[in-house]
Amino acid sequence: MRPFTLSKPSTISQAVSGKNEAVRYIAGGTNLLDLMKKHISEPDALLDVTTLLSDTVQSAPKGIRIGAMVRNSVAASNSDIRSGFPLVAKAILAGASPQIRNMASMGGNLLQRTRCPYFYDITMPCNKRKPGSGCGAKDGENRMSAVVGYSEHCVAVHPSDLCIALAALDASVIVTGKDQKAIAIPFKDFHRLPGSTPEKDNNLPENAIITSIDIPANAFNKNYAYLKVRDRDSYAFALVSVAAALQLDGLRIREARLASGGVAHKPWRWYEAEQFLKGKEATQATFSQAADIVIKEIKPLSNNGFKLPMLKGAIEVALQNCLTA
Amino acid sequence: MEKQTYSRRFFLTTSSLLATFAFIPESVKAFYSNVKKLVIRPKEELRFLVTINKKKYRINADSRTTLLDLVREQLQLTGTKKGCDHGQCGACTVHVDGQRVLSCLTLAAMVQDKNVTTIEGLADGDKLHPMQQAFIECDGFQCGYCTPGQIMSAVACVNEGHTGSVEEIKEFMSGNLCRCGAYNGIVESIQKVAR
Repeated sequence: MRPFTLSKPSTISQAVSGKNEAVRYIAGGTNLLDLMKKHISEPDALLDVTTLLSDTVQSAPKGIRIGAMVRNSVAASNSDIRSGFPLVAKAILAGASPQIRNMASMGGNLLQRTRCPYFYDITMPCNKRKPGSGCGAKDGENRMSAVVGYSEHCVAVHPSDLCIALAALDASVIVTGKDQKAIAIPFKDFHRLPGSTPEKDNNLPENAIITSIDIPANAFNKNYAYLKVRDRDSYAFALVSVAAALQLDGLRIREARLASGGVAHKPWRWYEAEQFLKGKEATQATFSQAADIVIKEIKPLSNNGFKLPMLKGAIEVALQNCLTA
Repeated sequence: MEKQTYSRRFFLTTSSLLATFAFIPESVKAFYSNVKKLVIRPKEELRFLVTINKKKYRINADSRTTLLDLVREQLQLTGTKKGCDHGQCGACTVHVDGQRVLSCLTLAAMVQDKNVTTIEGLADGDKLHPMQQAFIECDGFQCGYCTPGQIMSAVACVNEGHTGSVEEIKEFMSGNLCRCGAYNGIVESIQKVAR
């Protein structure tokens, strides 16, 4: 690690005004310290925001507000989240390990960097780590890489499970920027596609800080599923994952949500399949057709063609699991 | 055979070069160290207090010191192990305010107002913690390197109430790897304590 100073701002405005390109906020530290040890992130100063940001979950009729400093494990066991937004709890528990969930913050989870092996190995080319150096994964080891939404500059995937559930439930991210004003960014606009600027993971305004995550009230708390397919049973990043949620009128689907991780540079919503499911009967055949619509969109790379049948199966099983949740 | 000779010119160049290097004035050396400071960031020393196993320690450490390096290298509490140092193996698991965390990804200076418990803080004098006893009785280890982390995690697993089934125990112990493969003994130890 490169030496750095460590300080603890006491107000949000102090934190935001003390932030610049060479300064990083630190909360759980589970991703940042790892990146610093590997010389991928080399800040001059760290601002400890652990006591600054809210660590409470506030429930109201119009939705729920989760403080940015709520630890992942606390959110997963929070009774309001478990009863109103169980998909979120389920997704959190599919990620990382109990130790890491005890440390990692909800805000920090959104800002995780990709686990692409070329990003993590500083001897390799990577446009995300070093713009202009090329993408090693595109024609290299891309088994874990994207199958949709990628560009010739970057094929990395976003590693979060939590974010897949938040995308499915149309959450918004509340941030405070240099101008000290709090703004809400819709979840679908928070993360970016790589395009020609893969070094930018998200649209968080420069030096702004995430203060909370809002999820609007919904009726997706009865028929939902989070399915994660990975190389080992637990404590591994997704090959593909599916967050599915249905609102049912008997067997008729009134509303559907379908999102995936392990497939793109951002949490990916399958809008066309959602639209297809609306109004249909919740049967195996419907689910299979929805999965066909999903896989029409994807274009695997040289080494991840297996994700196509895997995703089709995962979508079908996740939708089926919604009926027995 | 030709005898090897040194020319007068060779002698003069080498000896004058040697003399120059030997007598670089202090001011030049100071200038060099200033330039070095500009290029290489000097380390940041921090002073703080930590509470580990109910004992308070006054610490003087580099800001980069992780909780793991602090307990092992400065406080000689070497029970906590460094496996991967990247949060992938769980060997460094300790408790912070009763919650299991990875000490390799925790900055020492960020646990100032918290209570840290390491494997050394588990036993009550000579009396082992029930989980330590169970690991011995159920063959919960072979080489023993991952064991302190496994035990700290296992204690938390029981406290959190994640011992309903073998599957649940395995899921909530997934952050601790054991390359000997003592997993069955570990699960058994946890079941024994949870009962």
